[in-house]
Amino acid sequence: MSIKEILTYPNEALKNISTEVEAVDDEILQFIRDLEETRQSGPGAVGIAAPQVDVHKRIVIVDVSNMRKPVDNHGHMIMINPEIIHWEGMAKGREGCLSVPDFTGNVIRAEKIKLRYMDEHSQQHEIESTGFEARAIQHELDHLDGLLFLDRLVSRRTDLFERKVYKK
Amino acid sequence: MKWSVLTLVAADEQGIVAAVSQKLYENNCQLAEASMMRLGANFAIMLRVSHPDDCNLKEILAPLTEKMHLHIHIDNDVAEKSSAPEPDVNITVYGADRAGIVAKTTGALAEAGLNIIDLETAVAGSDAEPIYIMSLEGNATQGIEKLQKAVDELAADFDIRLSEIETLRA
Ligand SMILES: [Zn+2]
Repeated sequence: MSIKEILTYPNEALKNISTEVEAVDDEILQFIRDLEETRQSGPGAVGIAAPQVDVHKRIVIVDVSNMRKPVDNHGHMIMINPEIIHWEGMAKGREGCLSVPDFTGNVIRAEKIKLRYMDEHSQQHEIESTGFEARAIQHELDHLDGLLFLDRLVSRRTDLFERKVYKK
Repeated sequence: MKWSVLTLVAADEQGIVAAVSQKLYENNCQLAEASMMRLGANFAIMLRVSHPDDCNLKEILAPLTEKMHLHIHIDNDVAEKSSAPEPDVNITVYGADRAGIVAKTTGALAEAGLNIIDLETAVAGSDAEPIYIMSLEGNATQGIEKLQKAVDELAADFDIRLSEIETLRA
C-alpha cells in the first residue's frame, strides 16, 4: 500500500475526463487500496476521486459514516463507473477540496440523487442518497468529469429561490 | 513586500473596480482578497493588497479618487496572511422590530459565544410594514448547544433560526 500524491489546482490533469473501468482486476484493486489510504491520510476527507491522484479512471470513494454529527449514509462506498440517474431538490452547502487547499465556498447541489455504480466485487448497485452524502457523491463525480467545486461556486448572497433548475 | 487594506466608498460603482484594480496592477500591487457591496446609495469596496515596500497607495490612487469622487482609507502594514476562519454556524433572523433586532440578537448571541465572521442585514416588505432581515455566519466558540439555547430564548421575540454548517472535505 502507498499514499499517493494529491494533485492540486492549477494542475491541468484535474481537468481531464476520466474513462470507464472495463474490468476490476488486481491492478485496480491495488489502486483502490492506495486511494483509500490516501483519503485517510488527508484531514477528515469524506471522499476522494481517482483523478485527484492522477489516475484518470472512473473510481471514487465516499464515506460519511463518521461525521461528528451523524448524517444519513450508506457506509463506506467504493464506486466504479458511477452514474447519477436522477436529481431532486437543491441545497446550498459549504465545500472544500483536497485539490484546492485553504479555500472553502458555497455550492448548490441536488438534495437527493439516485445513482448506479459497481463495487470492487463487480456487483451493481442502485441507491438513493440524500443530504450531505449526496453532496459528497456529486462533488466526487464532478472530479471524474474534470470539474472542481470552484466551477460551481455561488455567492454568499445567492439563495435557492433564484435557481429553479439544477444544472448538470 | 508589504500588505495593506484599502477601503473605498463611492456614490456609484461606475467602473471603480476596474479602474482601481488596473491602477494597482500597473504598480505591481497584488490583490489578495476583495469584498464589495452596495449599501444604500453607496458602493463600498475593501481590498487587501500586497505591494512593494516603497509603493505609496494613496499617491497611486490619487488621480482616481479625485476623478471618481472616492473616499479612501488605507491601513498599512496589516498581517500578511489572514487566517480565514471557517464558519460553523449560520443564523437567520427576521422581524418587524427594526430598532432592536440587530442589537438585541447580536448582543445575546455574542454572550453565548458567537464570533461573527459575516453579517448582512436588509430591509424588505412594504414602506408601511417593513421587515428587517439579518443573516450571519460565525463560530460557536462556546459550543453549539449554548448558542442554540440563546437562539431559543430570542425566538420568543423574533423569527430566528440556527443551522450548523458542516463543511464537506473531499
Ligand atoms: Zn474534491
